Amino acid sequence: MRPLTDEETKTVFEKLSKYIGENIKLLVDRPDGTYCFRLHNDRLYYMSEKILKLATNISRDKLVSVGTCFGKFTKTKKFRLHITALDFLAPYAKFKVWVKPGAEQSFLYGNHVLKSGLGRITENTMQYQGVVVYSMADVPLGFGVAAKSTQECRRVDPMSIVVFHQADVGEFIRNEDTLT
Amino acid sequence: MAACSVEALLAKAEQEEAEKLRSISVHKELDLDFDVGNLLASDKNRIESRDFKQQKKEDFLRSLARDNTQLLINEIWKLPTERVEEAIVARLPEPTTPLPREKPPPKPKAPTKWEQFAKLKGIQKKKKTNLVWDENAKEWRRRWGYKRANDATKEWLIEVPETADPNEDQFGKRIKAKKEKVAKNELNRLRNIARAQKVKVPGVGLVPTAQQSKDELARAVSVAKTSTASAGRFQDRLPKEKAPKTGKKRKFEPLIGDFSNERQKQLELLKIMDGKKPKLDITKAVNKQMREEDREEAAAKYKRGAGKRGRKGNMSGKGKGKGARGKGGKAGGGRKRAKPGKH
Repeated sequence: MRPLTDEETKTVFEKLSKYIGENIKLLVDRPDGTYCFRLHNDRLYYMSEKILKLATNISRDKLVSVGTCFGKFTKTKKFRLHITALDFLAPYAKFKVWVKPGAEQSFLYGNHVLKSGLGRITENTMQYQGVVVYSMADVPLGFGVAAKSTQECRRVDPMSIVVFHQADVGEFIRNEDTLT
Repeated sequence: MAACSVEALLAKAEQEEAEKLRSISVHKELDLDFDVGNLLASDKNRIESRDFKQQKKEDFLRSLARDNTQLLINEIWKLPTERVEEAIVARLPEPTTPLPREKPPPKPKAPTKWEQFAKLKGIQKKKKTNLVWDENAKEWRRRWGYKRANDATKEWLIEVPETADPNEDQFGKRIKAKKEKVAKNELNRLRNIARAQKVKVPGVGLVPTAQQSKDELARAVSVAKTSTASAGRFQDRLPKEKAPKTGKKRKFEPLIGDFSNERQKQLELLKIMDGKKPKLDITKAVNKQMREEDREEAAAKYKRGAGKRGRKGNMSGKGKGKGARGKGGKAGGGRKRAKPGKH
């Protein structure tokens, strides 16, 4: 486990800011204690100082996971968010998409959100903006990228994709063994 | 009264006697195990926890230790003693309790590269006889070393192979081959040692090959560049050449360091990232404007429709008229809106 380098911090923040914008500040500077990002096995974990200190008792090769896994760095040093980060993305999300109850299941099976399944969308969402996907009952289901801007969404045909799927809570079952 | 005093006296005398004896004789329910060679006595008697609690702990332990030591000393006195310079010494028997060795057992020798390979392939050592029959000398000679049997180096004549160059020195060739073999063997020996001690195995450097790969070429270039008196500091670079890779070590912050400093740094980074975003997002602004226009239009339309309905609720051919009016109104509205925009 180690802290992030400046470069890594930048890639992580750039990725996170696509979903939660300047709300990253609230993750970095929390009133309820010291929280930090740590890298372990190419995976990024977000944890409190207390947990971190406890985790130092465990040897590096035996440590599977600590705190919340936010995502991982690929071999090419890009950063990929994992579904486990949803707990921290959902409350701070700037752009949201609500899917209709009929399309929920399709999304949870890893499919893109079609126009027909789109319930609501935040105003002035731009194309390729990171969005958090909610059910109509305001339960966060996952996140993705807006394929169309809000304006365009109104005009496209019902079978066109409006949100590209990136991660959904169905992964907790589908990828149970690789999620940490 | 007198009898009583006699009995008391006797009892007292007996007690005194016992007290005197107590100093050397100790009664135990179970006999102790002795290993006099190690000066070791092990007491298997149960310790009554009640005794332990009732008496003072320290006193109990001290008396127990004294008694057991006494027994050990008694045991030593049973051994044959002799007098050496006014000191009585006993000859201790051989110790019977096996004690663990002081140092850990030596590690097994690391296998050489050949041994690893042989194990992998299941090759086993074959025992060869030391002596072999030498046909020329007509006697048994050693297989290896000085005065060996069938010594090829002692041949006075070598046939030149058909494919070989006739002017080549076959004797010289043989000597050279032998020297190379010895050198290679020595190198392998050193590499085995290096591997066993886990130091970095020295590379052989750049070996000339028929076809150099891209990596090898790059390495050759970088080696050549740094092989100057100034370690390549003043070496010119080609126009599109990349900077040579320096062996710079990665260095990370400590895992548990200054948390407030870390947070400060991250906030600073966020501030910089925020500053880089354009203040005015054109697409967003255009979208906003378009949406506003849409809303105004809709509002105007609704207002007009409602007003019309209010005024001329019963008129027939409502839809058509309304549509025409609406359109006109819309155009007018557009013009109206354009005016403040120009200002």
